[in-house]
Amino acid sequence: MHLAYPAVLAALLFCTGLYGVLARRNAILVLMSVELMLNAVNLNLVAFDVWLSKAARDTLHSGQALTLFTIAIAAAEIGIGLAIVLAVHRNRGTSDIDKLRDTAEGHETVGPDSDALTAGPADGAGKAEATA
Amino acid sequence: MTHPADITHPAAVTLAAAQHGFLSPTGVEIAFLLVGLATFGAALVTVTTRQLVHAALWLVVALGGLAVEYLLLTAEFIAWVQVLIYVGSVVVLLLFGLMLTRAPIGRSPDADSGNRWAALTVAVAAAAALVWVVVDAFRTTWVDLDGPAAGSTAVTGASLFQNWVLPFEALSVLLLAALVGAIVLSRKAKAESSLPPVNSRAATGGSPSVPDSRNHPIGGTARSHAAKPVAGTHPADQEGAR
Repeated sequence: MHLAYPAVLAALLFCTGLYGVLARRNAILVLMSVELMLNAVNLNLVAFDVWLSKAARDTLHSGQALTLFTIAIAAAEIGIGLAIVLAVHRNRGTSDIDKLRDTAEGHETVGPDSDALTAGPADGAGKAEATA
Repeated sequence: MTHPADITHPAAVTLAAAQHGFLSPTGVEIAFLLVGLATFGAALVTVTTRQLVHAALWLVVALGGLAVEYLLLTAEFIAWVQVLIYVGSVVVLLLFGLMLTRAPIGRSPDADSGNRWAALTVAVAAAAALVWVVVDAFRTTWVDLDGPAAGSTAVTGASLFQNWVLPFEALSVLLLAALVGAIVLSRKAKAESSLPPVNSRAATGGSPSVPDSRNHPIGGTARSHAAKPVAGTHPADQEGAR
């Protein structure tokens, strides 16, 4: 088999996952896209291991061993990631990663703009209440 | 341009190029191509569909297609591990996550964020660069699939337990750490939400369960009026659920 087939498929799957990570808004959809990227890497590892085990007499089978390790680490990652997403959803009531802007720079200037239209004259009372 | 394979095995590469042709694909290559097209299409639908549960189900198709690709590459143990772990447990975990976060059934218009076109640009540029580099580098490289399977269970098990024992055991420790970490993450939230009812009756504004009142100290304002009954009922609600 030509080695370009699995290599090109892995590259395309990786870029699909990259698009998903960048474009999705729900945290669980981002986790799905991360799974796609990890699987693209696994396909590359397996294809190159099969090639090298015949061409270069690589008896370690390092590609397949690393694939198994990647699968196990991906399982651990999905467990921890879902625990984090569920904790965030329990505390904030959303799993929308665009709204989790605690560590974003300048979120004080971005945030109130949407609220300033609706807040109106209750601003002063609300500020006192929020600091109390 | 010099290829890495040209430097190492010039004779083998020319021999392989003489034996194989670009325009006469073998049956394995055709099967790989068809399954690869299905896998890539399912992956595309996974990252573009607006129905969240459908995304998880299309992910099953993509991961199952990858298992078939592993079988075509004679890595059968990896293929069955893929079916067991990815299709069997990871997708089920993702579906549990979708349902526990009350994902809407049906189309949700805000599944994609505003930077979709920037993401598309980055992904297409990365795909073009990667495909070009990969095709150019491995143009004259063939995988020999004849002979004994490169990834049968006996071969994989022997290499795993002869050469990779220490990473294997370290991986088991990592899985244990991940298990403990997931338990700690889900317990910590409960402990935090059980503490506030003692002192959050007086000052509900500072309770951590009020959404957004900390993020927007000025704009949290009119929302804190609406969030006040939520702050009163939320810990009690969770206590009742427990």
